[in-house]
Order: sequence, then structure tokens, then C-alpha cells
Amino acid sequence: MSYTPPKETYSGKVYTVEIGTGDRTRPFGGENILPFHTFEGEAPNSPVIAYEIQDAPPADWPETVRQVYEGVSDDPVKWAKYCEDELRAEAIALRLISTHPDNENRSADEAAKTVKDVLDAVSVPLIILGSNHVEKDSEVLVKASEAAKDRNCIIGKAQEANYKTIAAAAMANNHKLIAMSELDINLSKQLNILITQMGFDNQRIITDPMCSALGYGLEYTYSVMERIRLAALTQNDTTMQPPMMGDVGMYVWKVKETQAPESDLPEWGSLRERSIAWEAVTAASLLISGAELLIMRHPDAVAAVKAFVEELS
Amino acid sequence: MALSGVEIFKLLPKTNCKKCGHPTCLAFAMKLAQRQASLDACPDVSEEAKKILGEASAPPVRPITLGAGDRAVKMGEETVLFRHEKKFVNPTVIAVAVSDTEDDGAVDAKIDGVLSSEIDRVGQKLRIDAIAMMNDSGDSARFEALAQKVAQKAGDVPAIICTEDAGAAEAALKNFSGRGALLCGVTDANAEAMVNVAKAHKASAGVKADDPAALSALTEKVRSLGVEDIVLVPGTGKAGEIIEYNTLIRRAAIKKSFKALGYPIMNMAVRDDSLLETLVASLGIMKYASIVVVSSVEKWKNLALFTLRQNIYTDPQVPMQVEQKVYRIGEANADSPLLITTNFSLTYFIVSGEVENSRVPTHLAVMDCEGLSVLTAWAAGKFTASKIAQFIRESGIENEISHKELIIPGYVAILSGAIEEKLEGWKITVGPREANALPAFLKSRAA
Repeated sequence: MSYTPPKETYSGKVYTVEIGTGDRTRPFGGENILPFHTFEGEAPNSPVIAYEIQDAPPADWPETVRQVYEGVSDDPVKWAKYCEDELRAEAIALRLISTHPDNENRSADEAAKTVKDVLDAVSVPLIILGSNHVEKDSEVLVKASEAAKDRNCIIGKAQEANYKTIAAAAMANNHKLIAMSELDINLSKQLNILITQMGFDNQRIITDPMCSALGYGLEYTYSVMERIRLAALTQNDTTMQPPMMGDVGMYVWKVKETQAPESDLPEWGSLRERSIAWEAVTAASLLISGAELLIMRHPDAVAAVKAFVEELS
Repeated sequence: MALSGVEIFKLLPKTNCKKCGHPTCLAFAMKLAQRQASLDACPDVSEEAKKILGEASAPPVRPITLGAGDRAVKMGEETVLFRHEKKFVNPTVIAVAVSDTEDDGAVDAKIDGVLSSEIDRVGQKLRIDAIAMMNDSGDSARFEALAQKVAQKAGDVPAIICTEDAGAAEAALKNFSGRGALLCGVTDANAEAMVNVAKAHKASAGVKADDPAALSALTEKVRSLGVEDIVLVPGTGKAGEIIEYNTLIRRAAIKKSFKALGYPIMNMAVRDDSLLETLVASLGIMKYASIVVVSSVEKWKNLALFTLRQNIYTDPQVPMQVEQKVYRIGEANADSPLLITTNFSLTYFIVSGEVENSRVPTHLAVMDCEGLSVLTAWAAGKFTASKIAQFIRESGIENEISHKELIIPGYVAILSGAIEEKLEGWKITVGPREANALPAFLKSRAA
């Protein structure tokens, strides 16, 4: 029996989504293959890695990643410029964490001003994230969408409980939208359908099936992403064809492996290397399972993931 | 091709004698088709049927054992391409490369690192499984000295001998004769001599070629020379090649039952940059490698790779469970609050993660509910007032804390009265429904 390469062709294709404006417009998605299976099809765009910044100093980020942004993280505009100029960020994700009622409970108008200031200062595409408080986000993200009108940002995250107001605002102000559900392919599909039924173009959605960190349920995110991508490609399921994202930094930099000093757990080795590896391995796993957009924190982890992508292509 | 239950049934004696332990031949056939029974259980099956069924029931990826004794590891036997379909069977072997160009101190340090690499994570013991000896010097005397050293210091660790020179192979492999070693470096050019060395020391053969097509021709050749236990080493180990060749090989074996590629795969992940090496090894773990070879034994790297391997090789149908006990988070003392939740690993990870975020030292009682989440366990009658009361009483936590207040998940608020009745003298407090509200909840109580 002689060997013929068992290559597959797929009936479906992931949508190409473009973010940003002018010469910093960045497309992602667009492939008609499983991740990095370029031996049997096309992947016109490489994954985007966005640097995460916040509208308040990152007091709860572990030292290893907090110190990277010392001197700039007290001001979102400085922080954003640092990412664009020094770290050569391709995109920036601004998390409006201070609007959370348990945080500083800043108003939607204050958040909108921060968005405007950051947009004035940088030219790379911006992802605007709420504080993940269902009610507050639907106020904050509406104002933020307006403040960013026509800058072709990504607004997120719309969840089942608040998608209507957020999707409407993203639509009215020409943005893309993150649709987030919790680790379930059916919930993810349902939310994309609900958003589309509002008249929102499903080619402007980014699916967030919810991230998990290495060792903390990563296998669930991994398999949900694989299943979504297989549904998009093999069943040509248009509701599953938006590109996917992983909110990696937020999930990684709160687990014990990124915080516990080596003196407490000598068998875990160097905290610095360990925590950067934790972010990089989590990110690489999500790329291999289907993510096209990652939000990350540590520049060394980002650099390693980029080198990895380079070697894969 | 795998046979269906009915096709297998036609080959059985159809006597319904029950000697196999199944009520009928058809029931036995169905179990065989699902690979949940072995044909050996049938005493009356014909030789012809045995042959047909034997060939058809051989797993698409040949099972191979690396090493011998307690540290032996199994490879192969995989049946699917995606882990949500069915559990990936035999976790990737992580091997550390030692070279005969490294000085004694470096080699000793690596061997010690391998021997002390064991870490316990969620109840599983994880470690570096194997040592891969590299003949980078090209000199067989130096290679022999390296092999002797490894055999002496870590003789029970599964050994991989990497060389394309049959003389060097013999010099090294004789130190691991009969110990299930892998001789890696059989190529089209050296096949005959190398296979003879492997056979003489009962080693499996690691075959190297540029791509799957060349590999499939080479495995036929190696089999005809008399070695059945083969490991495939496709290409150079560049990440792009790993994903392409590993995928094509696994597909050929599983979807096409292509026997010439139905073997475990080994990838070289060695890179100058240790973090990039970690990511390439991760790729191997995710994409079908049975062995990944790395260059160093940093503890942080081991932990990341072990954890990824554990995640990827978890059974998707069986929820991962954590041990039932009262976990201390932070410097929990007698006055710290006591929370209860179920032992579904994801529930535990999320709840314990949020408790850690709160920086409020806490006792977290994790109750065995067969790996179900809170709501599911409650609905299934496994997270009930009487079971919670019994668990809290038997846990002995009463003797360790100064208060008698138990905080239950908001989703089972309905249980609070019943638990108070069953746990005399205790106050039951209803906590938040979602774990992400725990930091605010715990902080406001602590304030």
C-alpha cells in the first residue's frame, strides 16, 4: 500500500475581520483550514496579539508583569503609547476596570473620556473592554463606543445578559463586537445567532468562548475552540465562522503559578520564568486550538509566542 | 479497517456459551467492536477468525513500551484526532537530551534533574520520563562513556539512544540491553546495520526520514528486517513540520488504517531559547507526539509541560476531580471563614483562584460529588443538606476553627435551612452565586 497524504479540504471558512483605520488597519482570520494547517489550504493573516492596558494602575497584577509597566501604568495614555512605541504593539486592549462597582465605580462618561484620550494618542487598533460587570458594562460600553465612533475598534464583551445594548452601540458606531459565553459551544452559537438577529452583521463578531489558564480548565477552552472551528470548516456553519479570541493575560496572571514565590514552592522553579511560560503556553495552546486574537500582558511571553508563530508558518 | 459488531459476530462460534463472561456472542461482539473486551476471552474461536479479527482489532497506532520495570511508559494506542471525541490514551513522553559533547558536570546535573523531577499535581505524579543520549561528537568511545554514565546513575530511566552510526549505537545500546530502549536514527542508508543492533538488544527502532512518504517506505523495510516496534521521527522538528507531519501521520493511521504509519511519533523540540523550546514541546504534546525531546530540566519548564500534558490527556467524558478535603488558602487560621463547594476540578480551580485573588485567608471545604459542579451535583442529589452536614462533621474542621459558620454557594441557597437543622449549632451563610463575586464578598466580610 503506498502513501498518499490524507489532506482535507473544508467547505467553510473563517471570516476575515479588519480592525483599526488607515495604514494601521489590521485584518485577522480568513483561513479555510484548521490552525496552521497551511499544507492543505490558506491562512492569509497571522494572529493578532494585543497588549492589555487598564484605566487604573494594575495593583492586582503580580510583580513580574506589573514592573514591566512601572512609570507608565499610572496613566492609560502613557501606558498605551509605551505599548505602541516601545513594545511595537500591533493592537492595544484597554480594560475599563475602574468602572466596576467594586473597583472605583467610575462613571461611563469618565470611561468614555479615557477611551478618547487613548485613541488620540495611538494609531494602532484598539480593543475596548468593560469591567465584566453585566449591568455596568452595558452603560460604559455604550458611551465608550460613541467616544470611539468610526475608529473601527473591537467592543467587548457582550454576554447573553447584556448583548442588546452593547451590540446596538457597536453597530451604530461602526465597531466590531466580542460575543462571550461560558465554555459551551451551544451557548456560543446561540449568542452569535441572537446578536445576528438584531441585524448585526455576523462578519463583525469575534467569538470569545471564554479563556482558561494552563492547569485551570485550559482543556475546556481548548476543546470548545476546536469544536467551534471544526463546525465552521467541516459543516460550513456560518454562525461559528467569526474568528475567536483568548483573553489570556487576565486569566493567567491570577493563578497561583504566576504568583507563588520560589521560596514557597522550590519544586516549581523560578517565579519569573514560570509565570512568563504560563502566559506563553496558555496563549500558544489557544492558537493551536483556534484563536486568531490574543490579549496578553508580558512582553517576553508575547515575543516567545510570536517566534513560535513564525516557526509554524 | 475496524470491524463493526455485526461483522465480528459473524466470525464468532455463535454458541452463546457465556464462557467469555457475556450473555451472548452478539453482546461479546459488540464489546469487541468498542475495544472493551479481548478476543482471548473466547475459548472456542477458530484460528481463521482469530487472524482476521487480530488484524482488524490491532489498534491503529501500535502500542509500544519504552523502558522496563516501574518507570516503563506506554506509547501509541491512540484512536482519535481530537480530544473531545475520546480520551487521548498514552500521554506524551517528555525526554531530556544529554549530549556526548557536554562536560561531566552538565551531564550529571541533567541526570539529577531528571531523577528529582517528580511533581504532584491534582493527585497525579508527573515527571521527566526518559533520557535521550545524543551522539553529537560523532565519536563512539565518547558516546559509550556517556551511555555508561547514564546507565550507572539512572539505569531504570527509559533510554533513547540517538545516533546514525551503527558502531556508536552498539557501544551505547549494550548498556541498556533488554531494557526496552529506543534506538533512534535508523535511516534508509543504515537500516540493515542499525536494525541488527536494535534486535540484538531488544530495542525498538526510531526511524528518521524527511517526510511521511519516505517514513512509510522505511517502516516497511524495518519490519521486513525483523523489528516491529517502531517510532517515527519525521523531518527536522521545525514547528511547521511538526504540525503538518504529525497531523498527516495520525490521520493516515486512524482514518485510513494505513499500517505503515501506525506508530508513535517522536519530535525534537530542542531550541537555544528555553521558552521557545517549551512552546515547541507544547505543540508536540497537543499535536500527537508520543515523545518530545527537550534540552534542559528547568523546574518551571517541567511544571508547564507536565500541566499541559495533563490537561490535554484528561478524559473529556470524565470530569477531573480534586481530592475531598478542607483546603487552606493563604494563611488561614482559626478565625478565617469556611466555604464549601464541590470537587469538580474546574469549580475548585475557579473558586480557589477567586479566593486567592481576594487575599482573604480562607478554609475551602471541597466535597466529593463525583466531579460534578455545584448545580449539577445538587440536582443529582450529591450535594444535599445531609451529605454536606456529614462531610463537615467528619472533616474535623470544627476542631480547627473558632467559629461555626459555613458559607455555601449562592446557587444552593435553598439548602441553608436544612443544613442548619442537620448541623446543630452552626450558622449557614449564603455566599455569592458566581465565583467572581467572591473577592468582594470575602473582603467586605473581612473589613
